[in-house]
Amino acid sequence: MTVLESGATLGPVAYVVRRSDLVRYAGASGDFNPIHWSQRVATEVGLPGVIAHGMYTLALAGRAAAEWAGGADRVVELGSRFTRPVAVPDDEAGVEVEVVGDVKPTDQPDRVRIDLTVTCGGQKVLGQARAVVTRNA
Amino acid sequence: MPLAPDLAGREFPPTPPYDVSRSQIAAFADAVGADDDVHRDPAAARAAGHPDVVAPPTFPMVVAFQAMSDFMADPDVGIELRNVVHSEQRFEIDRPIHAGDVLTATIGVETVRQAAGTSLIATRSTVRTVDGERVCVAYATLAHRAPSGDDA
Repeated sequence: MTVLESGATLGPVAYVVRRSDLVRYAGASGDFNPIHWSQRVATEVGLPGVIAHGMYTLALAGRAAAEWAGGADRVVELGSRFTRPVAVPDDEAGVEVEVVGDVKPTDQPDRVRIDLTVTCGGQKVLGQARAVVTRNA
Repeated sequence: MPLAPDLAGREFPPTPPYDVSRSQIAAFADAVGADDDVHRDPAAARAAGHPDVVAPPTFPMVVAFQAMSDFMADPDVGIELRNVVHSEQRFEIDRPIHAGDVLTATIGVETVRQAAGTSLIATRSTVRTVDGERVCVAYATLAHRAPSGDDA
């Protein structure tokens, strides 16, 4: 289990995102916005192509935070701005999303904040991404 | 069509009760790649102190998204999903969601701001059990761009 000491850097962990992941996430979440599966609609509304759900990217960041914290039930706060779309090509390789965490103190001794740097192709895709988690006992 | 300026401060009715099942939690965990046993195995979840399998932290979005969809479809709002980009999301989690929870979400509009042809709609969805226990507050900012030719 990761020790969540203030000042620690966690990761990086990398997750591959393919079109099929977006379709599966759409089904599991109920978010069927066509910009996440239709190239035609995505380009019609001015996007570079099919993009990942912001919530999918945030879920990956949350997955990393949960694993570092020792369980999904330890995540008490999670959020970000969606600053740059993650374009997902229609191929088998997909794109890689990388997550790094920096542990910061909070004013509660049993909780730490993990500042999450989430990048795709070397560029940050989430802004002010952070999780607050309860610390390992 | 510009959004009604008086949208800020509006509260919308709660969503219909949503029964959280083990299968839905497992499907959501599969979709986001969360491979911990507590998402799939009731015995593992109980061993970790939960009454049943535990949902990943962004699962409340399933219920909050329903509230957002109902809000966008409201005759006073009339937003098409394809013209919306999710601009910000934050969850304040009171407790993890378990299989067996029956949830509703109530969405309210906090602010509406205009920026470069885009309306930024800040919403707050409160997710509660049907017994009234709050499990999560989900804050979402939606960026709505009116389709071209429809911005008069």
